Amino acid sequence: MSVDAHRDDTGARMGMWLFLFSELLLFGGLFVLYAVTLSTHGEAFAAAGRELNWVLGTINTLVLLTSSLTAAIALSAVQKGNSALALRCLWGTLALALCFLVIKYVEWSSKIHHGLYPGGAQLAERPEGQMAFFNLYYVTTGLHGLHVLIGGALLGWVVLKIRQGGVHRSNFVLLENSVLYWHLVDLIWIFIFPLYYLML
Amino acid sequence: MNDTNSQHILSYALLLRVWAALLALTVVTVGISRIDLGALNIWAALAIACSKGTLVLLFFMHLKYESRLFAWMFLAALCTLCIFIGFTFLDVLYR
Repeated sequence: MSVDAHRDDTGARMGMWLFLFSELLLFGGLFVLYAVTLSTHGEAFAAAGRELNWVLGTINTLVLLTSSLTAAIALSAVQKGNSALALRCLWGTLALALCFLVIKYVEWSSKIHHGLYPGGAQLAERPEGQMAFFNLYYVTTGLHGLHVLIGGALLGWVVLKIRQGGVHRSNFVLLENSVLYWHLVDLIWIFIFPLYYLML
Repeated sequence: MNDTNSQHILSYALLLRVWAALLALTVVTVGISRIDLGALNIWAALAIACSKGTLVLLFFMHLKYESRLFAWMFLAALCTLCIFIGFTFLDVLYR
């Protein structure tokens, strides 16, 4: 189809933003649950929170922020017609996404190894507030990790599109929307990080 | 909104500066969390997270360069979230 089809990139971006708002409310629900459980089970909830490894949390924050930078540069590069740089940056984002998931895997497996998982024997013996913390921790970071996987798959698809010439300097809304999704994943982590790793 | 496919290309230098600010804020929030300031710890962590979020929204997500409508839409979503959180706490705290 080389015919000039009607395109509305602003409309496409607006649709993406509307979808992202629904994602904000989805994670908002989990943050409300966090705040309510903290206010009802204060001390036990916080004690469990202090068991998380804040060093790994910090490294993952730096990894995800950097992956957002490379995604943002990829968009500017495509807009300037520099597809080679855009591809290198997107590969960088994908590598950092993988790095994030590997660190998450290490974190989760060390907790699971100690029996701290929903339904785990060691966790069942702990006070209610601690159980609530670990359940919420797995749900929230698990749902976020799923978003990292989806965002990575989306960006991998865009890499293919750029290589095939389907995404270029005069048609890049697919890259724009995928990058928006990736930044949302980063934005949500910006709030998960202090809530779970630092504040308690 | 006459040109629906208008471009706003952010320079690499600007993106790098935003990234550097985000890294610096991360270091600051980790640093503050290692000192015991009582309730102030929570407010500092939330304030820094909000500043980082604002940077991501305005620059990485181009909200600063989109038409004003996008900003209003975002504020509507934010208000919905605040009502959601606020009303939940009206129930939890004063039941």
